[in-house]
Amino acid sequence: MTPFAYARARQVDEALALRAGHPEARFIAGGTNLLDLMKENVARPGMLIDITGLPLHDVETTADGGLRIGALVSNADLAYHPEVERRYPLLAQAILAGASPQLRNMASTGGNLLQRTRCYYFYDAGVPCNKREPGSGCPARDGLNRIHAILGASDQCIAVHPSDMCVALAALEATVEVAGPAGRRVIDFADFHRLPGDQPQRDNTLEDDELIVAITLPARGFARHHAYLKVRDRASYAFALVSVAAALEREADGRIAEARLALGGVAHKPWRDPRAEDLLRGQPCNAESFGRAADALLQGAQGFAHNDFKIELARRAIVRALEQAASQEGTP
Amino acid sequence: MSATSPTAGAGLPAAHSISLTLNGQPRRLEVQPWTTLLDLLREQLQLTGSKKGCDHGQCGACTVLVNGKRINACLSLAVMQDGAEITTVEGLAEDGRLHPLQQAFIERDAFQCGYCTSGQLCSAVGLANEGRAHSRDEIRELMSGNLCRCGAYTNILAAIEDALPACREGGRS
Repeated sequence: MTPFAYARARQVDEALALRAGHPEARFIAGGTNLLDLMKENVARPGMLIDITGLPLHDVETTADGGLRIGALVSNADLAYHPEVERRYPLLAQAILAGASPQLRNMASTGGNLLQRTRCYYFYDAGVPCNKREPGSGCPARDGLNRIHAILGASDQCIAVHPSDMCVALAALEATVEVAGPAGRRVIDFADFHRLPGDQPQRDNTLEDDELIVAITLPARGFARHHAYLKVRDRASYAFALVSVAAALEREADGRIAEARLALGGVAHKPWRDPRAEDLLRGQPCNAESFGRAADALLQGAQGFAHNDFKIELARRAIVRALEQAASQEGTP
Repeated sequence: MSATSPTAGAGLPAAHSISLTLNGQPRRLEVQPWTTLLDLLREQLQLTGSKKGCDHGQCGACTVLVNGKRINACLSLAVMQDGAEITTVEGLAEDGRLHPLQQAFIERDAFQCGYCTSGQLCSAVGLANEGRAHSRDEIRELMSGNLCRCGAYTNILAAIEDALPACREGGRS
């Protein structure tokens, strides 16, 4: 790693002030992705501001029945939190599908949102990459792109966001609370991550001088009918080729009252399309209705040779995840 | 601790003082900001039981316990462990008696080359502390952060299964 300075902040305002005074600095919490990127020379901050001492470790119920999760709650503590297990099992499942127990003990909730793509070319500082070095080119488009995007890619970047947790947060319509020099603001999860377009260096809409302080889940947790299906090269401790977060509410007659569908491993952000969910509303739970929703969600999907298989894989995974969600009888 | 200038000292950012409890012993140490916990253990303190396999959090050979929780020492900065209680494989035995997991690894022949073993042991202690593994499949899943190039998984699994009841009774770190 390139030598860097280190400072510790105890309060959010102190962290923001340090950041404002040090443009070369980055915040560090769990560090599981940032330190790895620093070892690879992909990230070279001149200073790290340790935010682990900030008072952002609480999980609390909100006035309207939701759950507010401090940005520094570890992935493990969040997945095993009694309220998350009981009311948001989709989120617990997604978190436990990702990384390893060691990494989940270290990684923070806020940091999970900010982890960067595992595109081989992004990680190799010796080759061009528009995300790492804007304007240098994208070797993935015509290179080894088995793990890359089939939706929402651009001429400049076909990387995917690697998080499992974020796929569930997208389906659950979480919100992201951030603090910056101008105060606090709340970002809808759908607007937090972005598509690469002609600015692939920007993974999300967080400004450089802002800090995530909390993630809030709305009251509706889809605890009864949900599934997180992750398809990957080995059964554990691997990134998703395709993952699906499916959540349903069913009427007394079994028809679908409300549906949520989000995909991981296929785009620069968790992939969701309300039109696919609208198609499910009022429908019976069967292979036809699920297949129509899958086709709608995958509309416009495009492979880049090595990842062509993902399109059919995603279609089948969506149908299976919806079947699992529909048949499941979890805690109401 | 306040911010330090990147131009301090001999052109390098300043070192920091940290205090930690290492295998039961209080230690006060000077560390550079970029020294990982793994490099501190191996290079500064000669505790070479924790291994540097991949140095990227992918293999688990560097697994240690921080405040009873298993983490990858290669992906943690030493300077961020100020005040922590750290247990490495060197600290698992007590009063000359092996930890139940160490004894079980010997009895089950749960290794060949042994390079992953210290990480497997610390990870398994963390697994026991968490109390989430109640079946062979759950042990497999919750040990997936530790790779074994020799493929001793079958015996590692058997050893952990053997030792979990004793870990629960003993409440050992």
